[in-house]
Formats: sequence, C-alpha cells, structure tokens
Amino acid sequence: MEFFLSSMSTILKGSEVTVNLTVASLFFGAIIAVFVALAQVYGKWWLNFIATVYERILRSIPILIIMFMIFFGFPSFGIRFDPFVAAVISLALRSSAYQSQIFRGALLSVSKGQIMAARSLGMTGAQTFFHISFPQAVRFSIAPMTNEFTIVLKDTSIAYALGVTELLREGTYIVSTSYEPLLIYSMCAAVYFVMTFGTNKFVSLMEKEFAIPGYEVRGLERG
Amino acid sequence: MKLLEVRNLKKSYKSKEVLNGISFDMDKTETVVVIGPSGTGKSTMLKCINRLVEPDDGQILLNGMDVMKARKIEKIRQRIGMVFQDFNLFNHLTVLDNVRIGPLKVKKLQKNVATELAMENLKKVGLTSEAKSYPSQLSGGQKQRVGIARALAMNPDLILFDEPTSALDPELIAEVLEVMRKLALDGMTMLIVTHEMGFVREIADRVIFMEKGEIVESGTPEKIFNAPEKERTHQFLAQFTKFGREK
Repeated sequence: MEFFLSSMSTILKGSEVTVNLTVASLFFGAIIAVFVALAQVYGKWWLNFIATVYERILRSIPILIIMFMIFFGFPSFGIRFDPFVAAVISLALRSSAYQSQIFRGALLSVSKGQIMAARSLGMTGAQTFFHISFPQAVRFSIAPMTNEFTIVLKDTSIAYALGVTELLREGTYIVSTSYEPLLIYSMCAAVYFVMTFGTNKFVSLMEKEFAIPGYEVRGLERG
Repeated sequence: MKLLEVRNLKKSYKSKEVLNGISFDMDKTETVVVIGPSGTGKSTMLKCINRLVEPDDGQILLNGMDVMKARKIEKIRQRIGMVFQDFNLFNHLTVLDNVRIGPLKVKKLQKNVATELAMENLKKVGLTSEAKSYPSQLSGGQKQRVGIARALAMNPDLILFDEPTSALDPELIAEVLEVMRKLALDGMTMLIVTHEMGFVREIADRVIFMEKGEIVESGTPEKIFNAPEKERTHQFLAQFTKFGREK
C-alpha cells in the first residue's frame, strides 16, 4: 500500500508536467491556428496556398519525427531547445494544423448574411471579424475541439522520447526500480483516463455555457 | 439637392448583365418602391448603393457625396441603413446588443448613450420587452422588426429594404409592414424592394418597375397600377390581380 501511494505521488508529479505540456501546446497551437484559418478563409491566393501547404504537411508527419527534427535537427543551425520546449513546439505546430481546420470550418459556418449586415452598419473588416465572426466561430469550435484536447493530452507521452519527465517517464522510473510494470503502467493509464474524461466533461460544460441560444445541438445546421 | 442620385449604374456577373444602366433619384422623406419579376437585379441594385456589391460602372451620390469614390466606404454605409430578406441578425447577441452594436462599436458612442438609443428604437418597433432575448427565440416578424431597429439606431439618411417580408409566414407580414408604414409617416427616406402590391399602393410616393436590369417605367402608384404606359408593366401587375395577391 505504501508502495502504491508513493508511486502514485511520483506519477502525479509527472502528470503535472503532462498537464503543462498539454495546456502550453494547445494554447500556442490555437494562436497559430487562428492565423492559418484566417489565411485560408480570407487570405489572398498565395497566403491561402502557404497556409494550406503548412497545414497539409504538419498533418501528414508523425509527431515523433517533428519532435526529433526540432530537438535533434535544430542544434545543427545552432538552435538548441530544452526537451520540454522542443516538445511544446512540436505538439503546438502539429495541433495548430488540426485546430486550424476546426476553426476554419467554424468561421465558414458564420452566415454570409451576418457579415453583410455588419458591413452595412459601417463596420470595417476587422470590426466585423472581432465582433461578429470570431465570437461565433470560437463557440462553434468548442465541441469539435474535445477530440483535439484528448489527442494532444495523450500525445504528450511521446515527449518521453526527448527525455521530458512527464507522466510516462516518471512511471518508467518506478518500473525500473520496482519491477512492477503492469501495476505502474496501469496506474499511468488510469491517470490519463481520468484527465481525458475530466477534460471532456469540462469541455462539454463549457460548450453548454457558451452556446448561442438556438444553436446548442452538436452538428446542427447553422443558418 | 437630391438625397440620392443614381446614374447609369451597371453590374454584370461574368458575362451576365444584371444591371444595365439604372438611373433614378430620391428626395428626402420620399418612399420609393421597386417592383419587378424575380431575378431582374432589384436586390443587386440595392446592394450596389452601399457597395456591398461593387458596381462596375455608374455614379451614386448620397447628399452630394460621391459613394463610388469614397475613400472610406464605411463612413457612407453608416448613413445608409439596410434591412435584409433573411434578417441577418447577429445570432450570438441579444436583441439589445444587436441594435446597440452599431452605435457602440461603429459610432463609438458611450455605452449608456448607445443603450438608450437602442431601447428607443426597440420601442419604435414594439420590442422593448424582448431586449434580453436572442434572435433564435423570436418569431420571423419580431426578427425583422429587430432588423429594422438595428438599421434605425444608426440614425441613417436612408434605409434600403431588400424584400423585408419575403421570408415571413403570411400572418407575420402585417406587423412588419405596420412598422414600415409608421416610419414612412415619420418622414424616413426609404427605398424598398417588395412584392406586397397592396402595401406598395398604400405607402409608395413613387413606384419603379424594373425588368432585366433596366427601369421600364416609374411614377406614382396611381399611374403605375391604374394606367401603366408600358405593356410590360401591365402584364406584370396583371399576374397579381389574377392570383388575388393584391388586396
């Protein structure tokens, strides 16, 4: 029992790093994603082209290769990242590609008529975006984001390969001294499960909280 | 000086000519109604006036200001209200915010001033009680009245109505027309595209009959409805009496 508790506390310490990785990656990913989506929806053809190439490439490369390129490849240009930072950059870049597609879809589901009405009031393009398109697109994005949260959370375990002492690596340390792989890895799995389940519940609460009245149902046709 | 002058307005999409040299003008407080078959460019013409659709050629003057050459079209759009067939309310905002957002964010009025202005205009359309509702909670007629209040709150020189009752169930049309009737009496300058012929007869100072991107003829409702000069106008209006649409 004592072994269980002490292992749990070590694993929980690792899960704090996991949470930090997840939150940082999603946050920076979201910022890049907004620009990628903007370029794809409103950009001139060349901006749209660059954004699309970026998004397609990042969606097609395994996350481990992205991490290795950034962690092992960049030092050859003299840029050296801490493992945690390299992991965040990699996860954020990859997530930005996926998030951009969620946000792009959300932007496109704000009806053209509302945009036209905003312009008819004398709003500039920027005002229309900030007051009309963006607030609605963010809300439309919440539900489809659930999946992305889960994927990023689980993929932080790949930062293990760079030596980041996140949840899985803490678990592995314990295994190497205790020889209890099944128990320890099951505990890690349980922590991932609780975090994923909790996040999903939280996101669906947020979704209800911020829903636009009349547009609450997932996948509802948006007029 | 005329409030609005439109000269030789032209617009085509690809090779299809939609507006083929439209010219007319409007005085202050005048209510002008544009009628004509579907697909003759009436809507496009309205949207060209505030350049939501960019005209290919022609001249538009609002109070003598050249709309086509305006460096900041947003400044001119503030003075031209627009009411849409599909209402186009902002779904994420309450009724109050829908009406207030123009004065608040575009004209940059203080929040309490903008709120007061919004409530005043909601009162004009009889919807102060729905200020806290969201668009999805309103009936079509109520939505369109909010659309009108939103346009009014900018205190425009002119309001363009693009088939304001075409998306409404028949029993909801009257409440919208009633609001528009009141506006006309209050001296608002209105340019209206509609198929509600009974209403046109009653409210219009002048009727313009448009077909295939051109103005066929224009005149007082008496002239257009009772003694049209052109055979085409006569044929068009005959359909309405035939189907009993005209009241």
